[in-house]
Amino acid sequence: MIRIEQLHKQFGKNKVLKGIDLEITNKGVFAILGPNGSGKTTLIKALLGMVIPNKGQLVVGNENIKKNWKYRDQIDYLPQIANFPANLTVKELIAMIKDLRNRTGEDKRLISMFQLEPFLSKKLSNLSGGTKQKVNLVLTLMFDSPIIILDEPTSGLDPIALIRLKEIIAEEKAKGKIILITSHIMSFVEEMADEIVFLLEGKVYFKGSIEVLKIQTDESNFEHAIANLLRQEYA
Amino acid sequence: MLKILKYSFFDLIRSRWSYVYLLFYLLLGCVLLFLNNDLSKAVITLMNVIIILVPLIGTIFGVMYYYNSKEFTELLLAQPIKRSTIFIGQYLGVALSLSMSLIIGLGIPFVLYGLFQSNEIWDFVLLLVTGTFLTLIFTALAFNIALYNENKIKGFSYSILLWLFMAVIYDGLFLMSLIAFQSYPLDSFSIGATLFNPIDLSRILILLKLDISALLGYTGAVFQKFFGTGFGLLISIAALSIWVILPVLNIYRKSRKKDF
Repeated sequence: MIRIEQLHKQFGKNKVLKGIDLEITNKGVFAILGPNGSGKTTLIKALLGMVIPNKGQLVVGNENIKKNWKYRDQIDYLPQIANFPANLTVKELIAMIKDLRNRTGEDKRLISMFQLEPFLSKKLSNLSGGTKQKVNLVLTLMFDSPIIILDEPTSGLDPIALIRLKEIIAEEKAKGKIILITSHIMSFVEEMADEIVFLLEGKVYFKGSIEVLKIQTDESNFEHAIANLLRQEYA
Repeated sequence: MLKILKYSFFDLIRSRWSYVYLLFYLLLGCVLLFLNNDLSKAVITLMNVIIILVPLIGTIFGVMYYYNSKEFTELLLAQPIKRSTIFIGQYLGVALSLSMSLIIGLGIPFVLYGLFQSNEIWDFVLLLVTGTFLTLIFTALAFNIALYNENKIKGFSYSILLWLFMAVIYDGLFLMSLIAFQSYPLDSFSIGATLFNPIDLSRILILLKLDISALLGYTGAVFQKFFGTGFGLLISIAALSIWVILPVLNIYRKSRKKDF
């Protein structure tokens, strides 16, 4: 369960989040959408405790996350930019994250799913962007945590890996997890998401299923429905 | 924290720069011993090099490591690990791997030359101790600068300036103020001013131990007169420890409040 109450955050004079209220109690895939600079990443980082809010309450599971770090054991997070210590090999990195979290992971299955075997003993600095993203995905998804947060998971992936990723997301959803995704690829969102959380200027502008969004904006195409949301605001 | 320390340490140990740094000290040690043919002279020359160079390498490596591992730090921040653990662990990883390069790099040539049979062993040990202190101090200061500055270029410039100030400008200002106020009693001022600069402090510490009155200079002489050699050593080591503890505490404090 995730509960966010009146979350405010500003960087200098720039007010990014202006009172976000969001409650996610049911399982499923939630897509956090919004134009550039609407506060998606800040919201996710606040949830992870990487950004410290100015005001507001954040509850993950049953724990208030303020000055708390143990709750992060319930979250698997995929960062947007995959960059790792250059001198480690893939195998060492996976072992290290497992060691740091003190948990066993399902890395073997994921490694074979993303066909990473040939790269296991290569240094991370020698990998291509897409391969790094695959390693990133393995690192995130190998733990069986109740909440998964994916920040732009599709970036740099080839079509086969993308299909695999969709399969994994569907599997994890079936296990009854809460999965938060941000993405700019609307077809991916439409295929995967149960609910949309649309952020605009630091507030939750729309929350609901894709169908409701389509009806509300009077559009049959999801991409146009999102565009319509934006246009209403700009008009 | 030990886990983070371990991984940062191994990451650095495998990087090319640690080896370059290590080789540099190996070479320096060998050349100095070969040229001087005398342990105690080599120690004095080394002191002059170490006191300038170690802070420079400490600051540059500290800032570079922090900025280079930024994305990785973000990955760690999302794990169930305490924030201060991450930063203090990384700091110790950098500082300890640098200290190790110093100790091994200088240790090997001196040991081969017959350090253990000579009377200078404690002078040499003290040299390594101050070198390690300087590494700890300047890496911590560099981490502080990096934590306060998101901009890499700014962070780098500030840390170079810090080094320049401590290693060069501070002494100049110090000397000028001694000349300007020469008609006043300057004993306590010069002791205070020395305690405020870890580089000066290390220099005095080594010179006190070597007992070379000609090289001690004004502050050293005052130091010796005030504290005597033994107590002077103790005071300067205590001051160096404070120089380590304060910046590390600030890393701890700042890292808890920062947004990533």
